[in-house]
Amino acid sequence: MTAFLSLQGVSKHFGGVYALRGVDFDVRAGEVHALVGENGAGKSTMMKIIAGNHQPDAGQLRQDGAPVRFRSPREALAQGVALIHQETALVPELSVAENVLLSQLPGILRRRAMQARAADLIRSLGFDIDPAARVATLSAAQRQVVEIAKALSLNVRLLVLDEPTAALAPSDAARLLTIVRGLRDRGVAVVYISHRLDEVFQIADRITVLKDGAVVDTLPPSALTMDSLIRLMVGRPLAALFPRREGVAIGPVILEVENLGRRGAVAGASLQVRSGEVVGLGGLIGSGRSELLRLIFGADRRDTGKVLVDGVDVTPRNPAAAVRAKIGLVPEDRKHQGAVLSMPIRINATMARLPDVSTWYGALRLAHEKRTVASLIAQLRIKARDMQVDVSTLSGGNQQKVVLAKWFHAEGKVILLDEPTRGVDVGAKVEIYQLINTLAARGMAVLVVSSDHNELIGLCDRILVMGAGRIRGELAPDRFSEENIVSMSLGMAIKAPQADAFTENHHA
Amino acid sequence: MHNILDTPVTTDDAPANVPQHNAASAGSRAWRLIVRFNTVLILIVLLVAASYVSPDFMTSANMANVARQVVTVGIMSMGMLLVVLTGGIDLSVGSVAALASVVTAMLIPEYGLPGAIACGLFAGVLCGLVSGSLVAHYQLSPFVVTLAMMTVARGAALIISKGAPTMVDDSGQALLDFGRDSWWIMPEPTVLMLAVFALGAVFLAYTRAGRIVRAIGSNEEAVRLSGVPVRRHLILAYLVSGLLAAGAGIISVGRAGVGSPTVSTGDELTVIAAVVIGGASLAGGRGTVLNTLVGVITLGVIGNIMNLASVPGYHQQVVMGVIIIIAILAQRGTRARA
Repeated sequence: MTAFLSLQGVSKHFGGVYALRGVDFDVRAGEVHALVGENGAGKSTMMKIIAGNHQPDAGQLRQDGAPVRFRSPREALAQGVALIHQETALVPELSVAENVLLSQLPGILRRRAMQARAADLIRSLGFDIDPAARVATLSAAQRQVVEIAKALSLNVRLLVLDEPTAALAPSDAARLLTIVRGLRDRGVAVVYISHRLDEVFQIADRITVLKDGAVVDTLPPSALTMDSLIRLMVGRPLAALFPRREGVAIGPVILEVENLGRRGAVAGASLQVRSGEVVGLGGLIGSGRSELLRLIFGADRRDTGKVLVDGVDVTPRNPAAAVRAKIGLVPEDRKHQGAVLSMPIRINATMARLPDVSTWYGALRLAHEKRTVASLIAQLRIKARDMQVDVSTLSGGNQQKVVLAKWFHAEGKVILLDEPTRGVDVGAKVEIYQLINTLAARGMAVLVVSSDHNELIGLCDRILVMGAGRIRGELAPDRFSEENIVSMSLGMAIKAPQADAFTENHHA
Repeated sequence: MHNILDTPVTTDDAPANVPQHNAASAGSRAWRLIVRFNTVLILIVLLVAASYVSPDFMTSANMANVARQVVTVGIMSMGMLLVVLTGGIDLSVGSVAALASVVTAMLIPEYGLPGAIACGLFAGVLCGLVSGSLVAHYQLSPFVVTLAMMTVARGAALIISKGAPTMVDDSGQALLDFGRDSWWIMPEPTVLMLAVFALGAVFLAYTRAGRIVRAIGSNEEAVRLSGVPVRRHLILAYLVSGLLAAGAGIISVGRAGVGSPTVSTGDELTVIAAVVIGGASLAGGRGTVLNTLVGVITLGVIGNIMNLASVPGYHQQVVMGVIIIIAILAQRGTRARA
């Protein structure tokens, strides 16, 4: 069976650096071909070549066996090749129907016909979205569906999906996978890129692993396990992902949260975190975890409750007050909330403790700052040419380390981490876990939100599970499992532990 | 027509092992210098062109004339740059200058020159404080807030002065001298303007507040979530803009010998043009003091050339607009290729 599209010996370099070297890859009609690899492995470059954003320096593309060139995304699209990017390219103020048919709008809009066509396309995906609704009012999952419908309206034969579930709740992600299967069964070729390896196992017919711009192997999922796949990606096994902390003494309670609440987000949450302790906040997306962190940090206005650090009521009214009270936050959205991307590492790294790098009358102590940042860069092993480069030029993992560096510099007592490894490759994840452990070892109280349940299980001393805006209960290590986190978040009973152990709310 | 695939994609992947500049060849290094100093280059081209257009241009008298003319717009531009760096805009500078000029000129007989200048400056600070507070605390659009302040300040100037210019009396002689005298070959107001720019440069590069002002325009939320008090720095930018606009208004009193409620009408647009020609982004975060000064001088030189070449006033406006667009496109061109 010939491939719908194949890459043969494709290389691409930017400046002196090879992003891809001699890559062979093909995807057949009616197949889901997953592409995995660490950030920087070349996935992006490869998909941009497939979609016509980049042209290969060497090697060629073949479509149905014949050589082709895509000089632009438009040409690729004309040949039935469409790319759907993780951040959707929809126009929020237009209707669903207008978005779906955006690239083929007639000069005069016949609203009814357009809406019927869009509704048909969306229904063929097994979804029901009002075609007259404005896109701005849709959920992330619905937007993905609209995006796919838009591609289908153009009779796409190859769909490249880049992290389509990154912003979706698990239930929506599952529905999206169903859609992808449906497309495959209709004979569409699908290239599926995801950091979520469990998804890849569920959906892929074949998996190609990229590392350092070259193909490591292409295998069916049946020939792989999670462990062996990760080893192919990074060259180390899964268990090594979570460095165990040795000899970290758990000390007195540092952070106390009492009945903290905000209407419509968090209902009266109470918790405690001790010195040296890493506590997880688990639960499904939308269960109020990020919202709780933001309330503790004073980033949103609270309706009830208070926050204590070392037994003193510090309830912050704004982030500045939180930082004064020795609380730090690594926010969920690195690009918009975590780092000032267009500014250098040096300026980002000292942002949370500017008084340290300036005099009492406000003059910057640049020499002192340079020394400070140099030692932070060494300590956090941030890979960058020097501290003057803009954060935007760094990889996701190094960007996140710069955000962490800020709180290393601030030397607080409490650190709140919201999805600390989102969009970070596996290698950098391990380093970030080590950094989190370092903070705990220094006696800080650490509270982590993550949608990656394995991450919480590997990292935390205990896990608080949230559902519908409240803390539903607590899991001790002997009850750690993805199932228990999800069940508890949904308010269902959890499985009893093997041995006799205790949880706060549930007694077997 | 919009197409999903035309949207440029940025992901985490690429930058990790793709340096922004490859090993610099001589050509690319030269090009980077051109990009870095493009505003200066545009100015040099203009100066050369000017000396061809009119033999009078390169005379010291004309140069001093240009230097004197750009002072008010120049000083206002320094304040505008701060506001623009935060991602805002201050449309009220021209009106605030007029208000300060009227207040100062009218109060000289009562409070003496220093007292009157202090009152004039205070009026400007007050305007900036109000605008800044509205922007910072109520998240109102800077455009709308300062548009309102523009009409309020102009109206106040007209009310206070009853619509008529106020002559400066003898006790204000020092101000008139300041407007007329030169320090060595440089007019005194120009010296003051350069001092303001120097202070601005030091503020932005070497102070905590200056850094925060720049960072706010790049990513306000990230700055806020670092525990930095964003609001007071936003207010500071508008406050300084008001202060400097008032200073410009007072200098115009010295030059013209009257406080006028209609002085600097429309100057806010010239000021914004100067800042933008200087390469600042109205989206915030990008812009430098030196380039803003160059932008100010560029506009001053263009106006001067046209006067020397006897271009009629109405035509000048059209030419000015066209040149602004060309200057900005030229910059964009060099930046895009970098």
